Amino acid sequence: MDFINAIVLLLNYTVIPALTYGSQLALGAIFVTLVYGILRFANFATGDMMSFGTMVAVLITFYFQSLGISFGFLPTALLTIPPAILAMIFYMLFIDKFVFSYYRVKKSPPVQLAMVSVGVMFVTQAIIRIIIGPFDRRFFDGEKFILKANEFKEMTGLNEGLTIKSTQAITIFVTVIVVSIMFWFLNRTKTGTSMRAYSDNEDLALLSGIDPKKVVLITWIIAGILATIGGVLYGLDKSYRPFVYFNNMLPIFAAAIVGGIGNPFGAFLGGYVIAFAEILVTYAYKKFFAYLLPEFMEPDSLMQLLSTDYKFAVSFSILVIVLLFRPSGIFKGKTL
Amino acid sequence: MMQYKNIIAAYSIMILLIIAVGVLQSWTIALTILNYCLISAVMTIGANIQWGYAGLINFGIMGYTALGGLAAVLVNVPPVKEAWKAGGLGMVVSLILIISGVYIIRRVLRKFENSKKRNYIVAVIIIIGFVIVRYISGPAIENIEAVDPAKTGFLGGLGLPIIFSWIVGGLFAAGIAFIVGKIALGLRADYLAIATLLIAEIIVSIIKHEDWLARGVKNVIGLKRPVPYEVDLQGSTWFIDLVEKFHSKKLYVITSLTERQDVLNQLVIDASSVYVKLCLAGLFLTVVIILLILTQKALYSPWGRKMRAIRDNEVAANAMGKNVVKEHLLIFILGSAIVGIAGAMMVTNDGLFTPGSYRPMRYTFVIWVMVIVGGTGNNFGAILGGFVVWFLWVEAAPIALFFINFFTAHLEETNAVKQHLIQSAAYFRFLLVGIGLLIIMRYRPKGLIPEKINIK
Repeated sequence: MDFINAIVLLLNYTVIPALTYGSQLALGAIFVTLVYGILRFANFATGDMMSFGTMVAVLITFYFQSLGISFGFLPTALLTIPPAILAMIFYMLFIDKFVFSYYRVKKSPPVQLAMVSVGVMFVTQAIIRIIIGPFDRRFFDGEKFILKANEFKEMTGLNEGLTIKSTQAITIFVTVIVVSIMFWFLNRTKTGTSMRAYSDNEDLALLSGIDPKKVVLITWIIAGILATIGGVLYGLDKSYRPFVYFNNMLPIFAAAIVGGIGNPFGAFLGGYVIAFAEILVTYAYKKFFAYLLPEFMEPDSLMQLLSTDYKFAVSFSILVIVLLFRPSGIFKGKTL
Repeated sequence: MMQYKNIIAAYSIMILLIIAVGVLQSWTIALTILNYCLISAVMTIGANIQWGYAGLINFGIMGYTALGGLAAVLVNVPPVKEAWKAGGLGMVVSLILIISGVYIIRRVLRKFENSKKRNYIVAVIIIIGFVIVRYISGPAIENIEAVDPAKTGFLGGLGLPIIFSWIVGGLFAAGIAFIVGKIALGLRADYLAIATLLIAEIIVSIIKHEDWLARGVKNVIGLKRPVPYEVDLQGSTWFIDLVEKFHSKKLYVITSLTERQDVLNQLVIDASSVYVKLCLAGLFLTVVIILLILTQKALYSPWGRKMRAIRDNEVAANAMGKNVVKEHLLIFILGSAIVGIAGAMMVTNDGLFTPGSYRPMRYTFVIWVMVIVGGTGNNFGAILGGFVVWFLWVEAAPIALFFINFFTAHLEETNAVKQHLIQSAAYFRFLLVGIGLLIIMRYRPKGLIPEKINIK
């Protein structure tokens, strides 16, 4: 019985939160990796682009709420994702046309494009803060829990409760669907294959008649979908605050590089690697060991490897270690 | 002389702008801006050495600035004796353990050069070392943080004048830059940017959360200045006499004695803050000039030529027998050390250390915008960039407010859009800086004062 209790404890406090957080990171990391693989630059505006999409979703949600439209037991924000994606794609294409395309045509070095993306980051941040302000906003509504701790305890008779928030379930469910569709698109359709070809070897792809404009367009469309969905899911789970989104760029980058930048599948797994590392290293295992070990061996300290303050630092350290030993990421990405 | 015409013109405009702020707003504001401009200039010199001379992207400026700030605290604050008694021994032992652990790992890495067991041995050493250090330092940290937590709760520093911290800050930054450079410099440009940014985040999060070191997010206040305090000045007769002499015409007109005394008091209060800021500005200006001379000398020396050769064609430079790896490491350390000096100067200027304020936006990206806008590879350009961008960063809100009022003049005061815009005037600084960067990158990619190399 104690053993099951210990497992449920871990599930509740580490596995489920890590899966949720990992899904959010994975969507962002695929976005980074796609832009890196096909448009060939590190996009420092990642966090703020996700923030922009989420901002649109938040505003539409507030409008819907004022009209009294709701989505039953699901959060209203899910209804607003399609228009938010449209706005996001429109914004991205606008930026691409007036900023990025010039450097792409000129074949500028990636560093220059990265610096340009810093400029885009500033501008996007300004637009977001001017429109919605820098404050914390909660836009979650609908049913909060799928499974409450008390219900679970009554159901199973265990000491430990298992809580599943609806945002967690929605996040994982939506991520699985979006990512599967995307991989199906990249691997099975003609357009997807042409995108991969373009990413592998631009000159060869151009020789075989692939239209670069179309590839870029589709890339931004997929990027817009991923950015908006990732951002909205994160905002639903926690809350929407522009500054936090900017900061999220860092673990997202870490995830993309750990998985091997330019490799979407690697980025997908990288998100989970980072999330699990962050949560497993900073979780206090005292109670877990109390269940497993006999009474006289019970630990008196918290059994925590690092305090939760170091959450971010953990993921960055993993990145440093990966860069040291496998510079192209866990799953082979583009070489450095 | 002709080639310096642009530079002189640009700097004159900049100085006029700051004087304009002094006349239109107040001299205190103008001098505050000037001081921050000078500190930013030191940072941009550091970043420019790395990016302009050698083509290394260092997005970790935030981390080195924070290290400089930490140095200011560790040098200036008097030692906390109770804390040393409570846990000093434990911390010293832990430090020795960590150093010896690193030494052992180095030995292992050398000895088992080609062995597959190498990584496992290193991992085992790290894990065992981590557990031992945690075991020894844990109680020590708890004891230290328990010593009067509202005021101290940390080990304190050396109690030396803060001006020494400028050197110590540079050394701290150089030391960390050595380690970071060893880890990250092999990476390609944009990976290096990301890696340095994330490592800087690690540094800042350590400074933020290790309370025994510098109180963490509880902040350290009341660092002693290298220049006189306003209160002391207001009480000293020579200063009051000086102010009286300076404003004698203005005071002469006032006939009533009490009224004259009131006016004089107010003038003394204003003048004292201006005087303090001027003193600081003098110190900062000295640092900027020294660094400028050194970096200019370096730029036109054989060493500078070598760096440019490496930047422009790494492979060719390598083939000519230049040690690219070593030079990259050296310049990474030099640039970071200068940024560390700037970090210590900034804390000196503020008189307080707030680890929570070290954010990538302000301390990495804005500095980078300064370097790019000013002119990469040209020290005069980089410094000008520091001045221009910082000026815009501070004055953006008033400028934005002016334009909002101008364009919405026909709207009523209660108009929702107008009110919303006025409330968010502060955020126009991001817009201004971002658009500025994009325009410069597009139409003047070499910056306001581009790099010019005279071949003699």
